[in-house]
Amino acid sequence: MTTTDLTDDSIIRFARGVRLQHDRVRERWIIQAPERAFIPDPIAAEVLKLVDGTRTLGQIVAELATRFAAPVDVIGRDVHVMVSDLITRQVLVA
Amino acid sequence: MTETILSPMSLLAELTHRCPLQCPYCSNPIALEPRRNELSTQDWISVLDQAAEMGVLQVHFSGGEPMSRPDLPDLVRHAVGLGLYTNLITSGVLLNEKTFPALVDAGLDHVQLSFQDIDTANAEHVGGMKGAQARKMAAAGLVVADGMPLTLNFVIYRENAARVPQMLAAAVEMGARRVEIAHTQYYGWGLANRAALMPTAQQLEQTTQAVEAAREKYAGRLTIDYVTPDYYADRPKPCMGGWGRRFINISPSGRVLPCHAAETIPNVAFPDVRHDTLAHIWRDSPLFSMFRGTDWMPQPCRSCDQREKDWGGCRCQALALAGDAAATDPVCSRAPDHERVVRVLETLPAEPPPFRYRRYARATDEVG
Repeated sequence: MTTTDLTDDSIIRFARGVRLQHDRVRERWIIQAPERAFIPDPIAAEVLKLVDGTRTLGQIVAELATRFAAPVDVIGRDVHVMVSDLITRQVLVA
Repeated sequence: MTETILSPMSLLAELTHRCPLQCPYCSNPIALEPRRNELSTQDWISVLDQAAEMGVLQVHFSGGEPMSRPDLPDLVRHAVGLGLYTNLITSGVLLNEKTFPALVDAGLDHVQLSFQDIDTANAEHVGGMKGAQARKMAAAGLVVADGMPLTLNFVIYRENAARVPQMLAAAVEMGARRVEIAHTQYYGWGLANRAALMPTAQQLEQTTQAVEAAREKYAGRLTIDYVTPDYYADRPKPCMGGWGRRFINISPSGRVLPCHAAETIPNVAFPDVRHDTLAHIWRDSPLFSMFRGTDWMPQPCRSCDQREKDWGGCRCQALALAGDAAATDPVCSRAPDHERVVRVLETLPAEPPPFRYRRYARATDEVG
């Protein structure tokens, strides 16, 4: 699917060969991907920790809104943009 | 010692120098390691344990052809168990319905599959193996059918440079997620064959344009990594991200090196996993300390604003071109020896000389 098809009902998964992993030596989260490792910013790391292949985009947004006591529509916009970008970069699939 | 020593990020595990192919651009050393000198499975298991403990995140199983080692699935499984990201760098000629399932089962994360060209006749001329191209195509098909991410690697040289657009189209058609269009780097056999391999400035410009056009055309479908031949650059590459900063390379016989070409460096002992720990070698060995950071640098590097970006370029290239591993990489236009690079490019032969194929020196050193 393309990122424009992304809706609240889309189930978000990591692309095969990509994962979020805790780097215990450097005490930070990293995205392991083919022949590279990225460091997600702290907000992206919070989003990615909720990507488990069963949660929908809407559920991820709701959970973050509760956790950070922030409005769903504001969080939703930001997360949508971030997830779209990570789909384009072949980190996530929906 | 004022340099900060970082934890290594990546381990390049050169399991063997044995390979069914004989590519004249190979970056392996001219003196290939015979099978009898190779590390055992247990040695490699210990290397993987130590690497994970030190903070290595990704292990690249390479060679030679790493699938020449029957214990590869065991090593992959062990690395996966340690949380290491596992990458297989292969020619694909031994990857088939019989051998691939064991790697999938072991948890292999990714395959990088090399092609000598997209034109079959020239690919097999360069690789020196009849029937290799069909085996590679079949291997790509198996990886994609499994769903494992696949990167195709095309090494670029004079004879295939014009076919970059067809290589990229084929990568999309085969279902690769990434492709590397990597101009030959001139080390080992590649250096020995430089006159036959080096593209012209015009060819380089054409490949760059082809990559840029394909990035636009295949955006979102294919990631393209592009590596240029640094002889044509004004500034050197930050080789290995800096000496002893990110990478550990282990040779088939267990030598621990800051890069795969470092065995050319003279007058220094090569540490070895059979005799020392990886952590001690990384932190304290003379080899890893000698070009780490910026303290070792001569002028113009020492006062250059790029010194912590390119780390003085490549030590093995400085040795090969200037005769001194501690010199500024002659690729740099500010280097005292830059004229030598210019001269190489100005004196390229009109007709490429025949290849010197990558082979063991003596028949007794076995190939299979």
